[in-house]
Amino acid sequence: MKPKKKNEFLYFALRNRKLRIGLAIILFFLLLALFGPLLIHNAPFDYVNPMGAEPPSSQYWFGTTFFGQDVFAQFVLGLRATFLVGAIGGGLGTLIGILIGFTAGYRGGIVDELLNMLTNIVLVIPTLAVLLIIAAYLQVRSILTECLFIGLTAWPWAARAIRAQTFSLRAREFVDLARMSGMKPTRIIFTEIAPNMMSYLVMTFILQFGGAILNAATLDFIGLGPTNAISLGLMMQYAVLWGALLLGMWWWFIPPGLAITAIVGALYVMNVGLDEVFNPKLREM
Amino acid sequence: MSLQVENLTVYYQTLRGEVRALEEATFGVADGEIMGLAGESGCGKSTLANSLIRLSLPMKLIKGRVLLDGEELPIADMERMNPFRFERISIIPQYAMNALNPTRKIGKMIAELLRSRQVDGAGFLPELKRRLDLVELSHEVLDMYPIELSGGMKQRVVMLISTLLNPSLLLADEITSALDVSSQKAVAEMLVSFRDREFVRSLIVITHDISILYQIADSILIMYAGQLAEKAPTEAIVHAPRHPYTRLLISSLPQVGVKYAEKRLTGIPGTPPMLLDPPAGCRFRERCPLAFEKCLQVPPFIQVDPGHFVACWKEFETDAQA
Amino acid sequence: MLKLEAVSKIYRIGTFGGKELHAVSNVSFEVEDGEVVSLIGESGSGKSTIGKLILRLLSASSGMITFDGVDISTLQGPVLKEYRRRVQGVFQDPFSSYNPIFKADRIFRIIKQEFFPEMKRGEWQERLEGALRAVGLNPDQVLDKFPHQLSGGQLQRFLIARALLLNIQFLVADEIISMLDASTRIDVLNLLADLKSRGLSVLFITHDLSLGYYISERAVILYRGCVAEMGATEKIYARPLHPYTQMLMASVPRLDEKWKVVETRLKAQESELRGGCVYYDRCPVADRALGCDTFRPPLVEAEQNHFVACFRCGGA
Repeated sequence: MKPKKKNEFLYFALRNRKLRIGLAIILFFLLLALFGPLLIHNAPFDYVNPMGAEPPSSQYWFGTTFFGQDVFAQFVLGLRATFLVGAIGGGLGTLIGILIGFTAGYRGGIVDELLNMLTNIVLVIPTLAVLLIIAAYLQVRSILTECLFIGLTAWPWAARAIRAQTFSLRAREFVDLARMSGMKPTRIIFTEIAPNMMSYLVMTFILQFGGAILNAATLDFIGLGPTNAISLGLMMQYAVLWGALLLGMWWWFIPPGLAITAIVGALYVMNVGLDEVFNPKLREM
Repeated sequence: MSLQVENLTVYYQTLRGEVRALEEATFGVADGEIMGLAGESGCGKSTLANSLIRLSLPMKLIKGRVLLDGEELPIADMERMNPFRFERISIIPQYAMNALNPTRKIGKMIAELLRSRQVDGAGFLPELKRRLDLVELSHEVLDMYPIELSGGMKQRVVMLISTLLNPSLLLADEITSALDVSSQKAVAEMLVSFRDREFVRSLIVITHDISILYQIADSILIMYAGQLAEKAPTEAIVHAPRHPYTRLLISSLPQVGVKYAEKRLTGIPGTPPMLLDPPAGCRFRERCPLAFEKCLQVPPFIQVDPGHFVACWKEFETDAQA
Repeated sequence: MLKLEAVSKIYRIGTFGGKELHAVSNVSFEVEDGEVVSLIGESGSGKSTIGKLILRLLSASSGMITFDGVDISTLQGPVLKEYRRRVQGVFQDPFSSYNPIFKADRIFRIIKQEFFPEMKRGEWQERLEGALRAVGLNPDQVLDKFPHQLSGGQLQRFLIARALLLNIQFLVADEIISMLDASTRIDVLNLLADLKSRGLSVLFITHDLSLGYYISERAVILYRGCVAEMGATEKIYARPLHPYTQMLMASVPRLDEKWKVVETRLKAQESELRGGCVYYDRCPVADRALGCDTFRPPLVEAEQNHFVACFRCGGA
């Protein structure tokens, strides 16, 4: 029975237009991030154009920056970094949120109270202040550090949402039925409750993914990003810092900005489509 | 007051097509009559009630008309129906007790309603208090929020609000279903007292519980799958029904005094048809033990005895032979 | 077979859990082998809570529930699983008993995985089809469908079939037909009565007295967590002794006689329980001289197999 079920989901998934469009956009950027760097000849920070800033041409597909750096090179490598942060930072946040949310929602009682307290504490911590302190101590920051930081501070939202959903699902009669069938709690959470929240969990991951990207872009933009890499947010920081807006160097800040918007937007559209796939009742409409 | 419904046909617009929820309903309610409207889920009773007062999308009026005191009601036009609502025709909707605005005190809500209908709130207060006494609610209720009231109390508040402006016709949609046995009796009896004291002139009580109707209704209209099956005085429906569906339905109801060990009751095998593409003719045909070829045509709803209407070819036959 | 002794369930409510809600208060009754007992009560009577206590979905605050002499609160692990093999439940809303994103048959698959993991496919299929036929369903028409593609009556029968697969001895039926149409209700009710002849005991929880009368030999009338009256169904219905039972009988809408004019005081907002009889606020014959407002009346035997908790009917 199980393989048949997976095939059913796949069947409907491939037919859903919103899912296809969103997925297409994401895949496009993903492929660009994976294979784009194979197409570039210049390192992102090399000063290759003695003329400084120049609009896109056949030699430099996205033009060059104020310092004569290849924008395309920066872009594709920046894309990689962005996806990495989204996946790892967002993934970490989701994972912690799931563990804490499920446990608090299913167990209730004192366990719930303690986890709630923990969630609230982390929520209230001023992340910017903490990051500034960390930045002061760590002279060199890698992308991984940024991922870790984002993941460890963004999970409370996920935990709260998942806890609330788990609470309401746990009171449903089919969970009672599962308990009466002798199922163990962990099994109930993962086979009865989680599948009912599937679109919710995916939405949470998508929010975390997108949030991590935006978070990272913000941090990069204000100078708290990684010190030894390039990302879309850093590109935008340099662009604004070096007057790209005033000097009309649209090829420097529009690609990264557009890319971030497109990626996060596509993620949301995908999610709406996924909800229709997962919920049989919506399907027949 | 008098209500005449003629050939009322209402369908629902859905993505998959038209659901033929109400088909050619023709009947009348006399002055001072309490008519029960009974049937199982999907029979169209709520559709009928709602189309009399609030025919909005996805409902669509296909044909038919409704005459209240000889005046045709503009039921398809939501705007033009406004002056009729609350004052000429009123409804206590299903789940009404959940529809009270939780952030408003009861008294405030009533005051707003009266203001919107250009009735002097202060002058109305003594009458309001009299009515509160009638439904056994203390006057302090006016100062409370809905959450402070029990289910039965909220139901009575809603009943009060719906009858405030003395409508000619009151529709009560499944108002006893969510109540306890003791509250059911009180609420049902209150409906009758509304009529007796002329707060309303006539009532249509919609429910699936025929035993409540036996207690308070003067006549009962039975519906099945969007079609009218039978209408007759209460005694006749319960003790001498003529439509096969009514007969089977009445005989499937457990009553105090009937034990399984002594008399095994039977239900009606099968399920009601889907109204997206209903069967031709009489829609009870497929479950009816007496069905024959003529049933492929829709039987008309006609009078076979004084005040007793049936839509069944078999009955017309037996009637003709008698 | 099943015995409840002085069972209570108390919830802590209010801010900081200061107040107590007595959902079930000192309830005792028994269900014998092959017997159907009706647990009759309105909303707030605690009847559903008792059902869940028996099914081990909740744990009692005090008192003891024994099944064949064994205290069920002591059961853990494989012994608890054995208990589940013999005691199962069916609830009121057929649609919410199913996980909406899976097919309805999944409930059977779970039973197989948990209780019959080694059984061969073919043998299980036979067993499943047998259970479905025993509840009056055609396997070809109902298998492999989603819950929203089946009717309420079919879904309830599915749940009964699931219980039968385990060869249970005791079924808790909590308002199982109240959400079904009138014409299908009686069929599911008859099914329960038929199963009784196969040796099944049923605790039939309902608010509808006519159903209780139809199907059960004995009845327990609950009010606000306490037993008001208990005994042979016929005796209770013919001669209700407790004022609450009398009020219920007078309020049931019947098809053979009209309501009499009876004074009934309606439920006001739930007041906190004080020491006395739980029905004191609404009782038309409450008497302070008898202690109705200070003491909880105990259950006394008014006649053979007919118990009542009321000071006016004996028991000081």
